Amino acid sequence: MRLKLIKIAPMLLVISFLLPIGANAENQPVTSTTLIESASKLDGDTVSYSGEVIGDVLYRGDYAWINVSDGANAIGIYIPASEAKKIEYVGRYRVVGDTVSLTGTFHRACAQHGGDLDIHADTICIVKLGHTVEDEPSNGLLFLAGVLFLCALTGTVFALKKRL
Amino acid sequence: MTIEKPINKIYPMCYYIGLIITALGALQLLPALVSALYSEWRMLVIFLATASITVLAGIGMIFGGSRYKSVRLSFGEGTVVASGAWLLGTLLCALPYELSGNYLSYLDCCFDVMSGLTTTGLCLVQDMDHLSNGINMWRHLLTFVGGQGMVVLALTFLMKDQSVAYKMYVGEGKDEKLFPNAVSTSRQIWLISLIYLAIGTVVMTIAFIFEGLAPDRAFLHAMWIFMSAWSTGGFAPMSQSILYYHSELVELITVVFFVIGSFNFALHYAVLTGKRSELRRNIETVTFSITLTMLTLITLLGLMKNNVYPNVMVLLRKGFYQLVSGHTTTGFMTIYAKQFYHEWGDIALFAMIIAMLLGGSACSTAGGFKAMRVGIIFVSFKAEVKRMLLPESRISEQKIHHIKDIVLTDSMIKSAFLIVTAYVVTFAFGTLVGMFAGFPFGMAAFECASVTGNVGLSIGVTSAAMPAYLKLTYIIIMWLGRLEFMSVLTLGAYVVRKVGRKCD
Repeated sequence: MRLKLIKIAPMLLVISFLLPIGANAENQPVTSTTLIESASKLDGDTVSYSGEVIGDVLYRGDYAWINVSDGANAIGIYIPASEAKKIEYVGRYRVVGDTVSLTGTFHRACAQHGGDLDIHADTICIVKLGHTVEDEPSNGLLFLAGVLFLCALTGTVFALKKRL
Repeated sequence: MTIEKPINKIYPMCYYIGLIITALGALQLLPALVSALYSEWRMLVIFLATASITVLAGIGMIFGGSRYKSVRLSFGEGTVVASGAWLLGTLLCALPYELSGNYLSYLDCCFDVMSGLTTTGLCLVQDMDHLSNGINMWRHLLTFVGGQGMVVLALTFLMKDQSVAYKMYVGEGKDEKLFPNAVSTSRQIWLISLIYLAIGTVVMTIAFIFEGLAPDRAFLHAMWIFMSAWSTGGFAPMSQSILYYHSELVELITVVFFVIGSFNFALHYAVLTGKRSELRRNIETVTFSITLTMLTLITLLGLMKNNVYPNVMVLLRKGFYQLVSGHTTTGFMTIYAKQFYHEWGDIALFAMIIAMLLGGSACSTAGGFKAMRVGIIFVSFKAEVKRMLLPESRISEQKIHHIKDIVLTDSMIKSAFLIVTAYVVTFAFGTLVGMFAGFPFGMAAFECASVTGNVGLSIGVTSAAMPAYLKLTYIIIMWLGRLEFMSVLTLGAYVVRKVGRKCD
């Protein structure tokens, strides 16, 4: 019995180390840089990805494209249109888009979408709601621009009058 | 008897540079208008401030040189005006970028302005997906004006003196005359471009609405993408370039527009005035068709060898799009920059580098060696081989067809070889500097071919993190490539001579 345990123990140890690795390969949280630089290795895998929705939600029938940026690159995500409707804010000037997290199948060169590097996901989860940000000019900038504009206007009128 | 002091030509040169700078200042009112329409108040104030600074600088130069504006300039001085205006224009047009807060340094701002004006399309802007509409308008407007030429812009609206006008027009890398004088030719170039801009914007707006963009976003994206495609520029409003739209239709339309944009303005004029046969007879379209076919085959074979794409349709869509974008020196992409390096393999990258160096047509918005020179070199090689094989009595003069039949002269062949050699030397130098910065040969060569040919495709070298000396090298190469060397070299010689005299 003791001999059996001695034989089995190292095997169990190895399996216990391998198990979490196996689970990760099925559902790896990845960055956009990893997806682009290790595309061949991850092709066809189920991956977890998160980031800010930027630009527009592009509806195509029952599905929609969203582009999700993790700060380094934006990756195209193909999702059902019903899921896309969950998105409230898309990242633009003065708008921080919703942060979404998703799990889906990664394609290095998607045969369905003309070879695009993309992720097909069935669901997305809004992790953080987006918001708008203020970007008003300071009084100093306003004053400086006003003075410069008046000078330029005077100069132009002077040049036109003198037919320079 | 009084002896008149010789006039320092710097004054009339200042006058003409001032005119071009004033035009660039006035141009900044367009992005200001877009900012106003979208309530981007900070950007509106920035554009008003920078437009005023630019106009004041221009008017100051006009005022300083106006007494001597009737003084005739030589060809060399005309080209110094063109290249000088490009240099000063770059420094002033970078002001809105600097104040917008989207750049890490003023050098990065100048890089992007030079990239826009030379229709290259590489960029160092930060957080592109959150840019204001005003800044995006300015980026694409710069590329549109740069494609037609900022001197051409000033000639169209502000110049009257025909003799100086032609010298400056040539100095900007254009030597085609659609009309007997440079001012009429410039106006025609702008007329052709604006007609296409109107048509292109309508077509692309419809396509973008069809692909899911809201109407106002569709209109803006359509105008910007058209400006970029027509100018073979490569800027796009989103960081993923054309990949952002995930659309076959958009890819198809952009290919049509940037191929048309890479054609010679003289060819456009001929076709628009009814000479349709010019399309299949012109030396540039023939050369472009041959090189495009050969390089497409090499690219596709390279991609097939590496099993990069799952089927033929995908292979054609990805392979052909990047290749034709490179060959026309546009720079739109439907893959990520690093995918070139990690997936495409050496054969396809070799074809891409050659395509980017060859470029589009002369007197167009495209860069590179130009199809005209490649055609001339090929015809002269053919003639040399004939001369060796046939008896002297059977040797006839060589002709090329460009709008009309033209007898190929030794000076044309010499000029073609000279400029192509200059491009190759510049490409080799830029590649070397890229390798000094720590990039492997393949990456350094690809990026430098893109910079030399004013293309804009990237393999991942260009970023705000690259060393300042590499940014500066690329800025100079973009400038040299766009003005086809002679104007910039003349400006350099002029400055050295002036400084030398002061030191004596």
